Amino acid sequence: MDLGTSIDIVLLAFLLICAVAIVFIRDLFSVVMVAGAYSLLSAMFFVNLDAVDVAFTEAAVGAGISTVLMLGGLMLTSRREKKPKGRQPIFPLLVVLSTGAALVYATFDMPDFGDPNSPANSYVGIDYIEATEKQIDVPNIVTAVLASYRGYDTLGETVVVFTAGLGVMVLLGIGFAGGAPASRKEEDDA
Amino acid sequence: MSQHHLILRIISKILIPPILLYAFYVQFHGDFGPGGGFQAGVIFAVGIILYALVFGLEGAQKVAPPSVVQVFMAFGVLLYAGVGVATLLLGGNFLSYDVLHPDLAHHSGQHYGILAVELGVGITVASVMISLFYSFAGRNAEIDDEDW
Repeated sequence: MDLGTSIDIVLLAFLLICAVAIVFIRDLFSVVMVAGAYSLLSAMFFVNLDAVDVAFTEAAVGAGISTVLMLGGLMLTSRREKKPKGRQPIFPLLVVLSTGAALVYATFDMPDFGDPNSPANSYVGIDYIEATEKQIDVPNIVTAVLASYRGYDTLGETVVVFTAGLGVMVLLGIGFAGGAPASRKEEDDA
Repeated sequence: MSQHHLILRIISKILIPPILLYAFYVQFHGDFGPGGGFQAGVIFAVGIILYALVFGLEGAQKVAPPSVVQVFMAFGVLLYAGVGVATLLLGGNFLSYDVLHPDLAHHSGQHYGILAVELGVGITVASVMISLFYSFAGRNAEIDDEDW
């Protein structure tokens, strides 16, 4: 077994531990922190797959800003998850297990990692790799695909980000400091 | 804010300038290495949000007022789409950057186009992230000492 595979196994094992921990921990602050660790581990996993652009995004968005926004959301709610009342429902567990089994079954049909004949590595992927140097001439092919070949898609994504921001502002307000309802602070001073 | 968390405040003061500088590096170096507008926008927003977390929301909103941030949210999208309109007016297809610059041998048009649209992405992502944080944080009073 080569080094890359061993690192993959260790990282995936840690990912599994984090995922199980998130399910069982009731303290929401800890859940947010473990979710951040989960994202960082995913980023390391992506680096090991040589997908540095994806890893960079995962580290910045998943581990960085999501954690901060989740903490911001946590300030608006309670710090602990309530224990479910009554007996544990069986049906959701069955749904989750069968979905998981179907997904694992689907992976048997997936091409091997780095398989030159896989759909992702044939057709248009090859074209981009060959044409980027002649048509765009930037060293990072990911940027060439994202900003030039797939410029429409990226414009759409930017509009999605903009729309998401608008949606949150409509729901939660614009967020001027001092415009907040007076709360704990005054009780503490009294 | 009170005089607590001295270490946090000093470390943040040291860290925030490199974070913002690194955001610009990622933004304008996206053609050559990993990164680009999305990542740079998030990193820039993290710099502002870190400031807001440590020094209070009001201080951060003096640096980046919500009204200005909202304008930049739309400006990024407009910059991106505007590049497309510019290529249309110059006689090309929407977002076909080659018409932006006559030096076809060095693909300068492509380089300028990618730079401009990535900047648009970066501006929108950074402003949306800052604005999201404002929306969440603006609903609370200051973070209490025992909540850290």
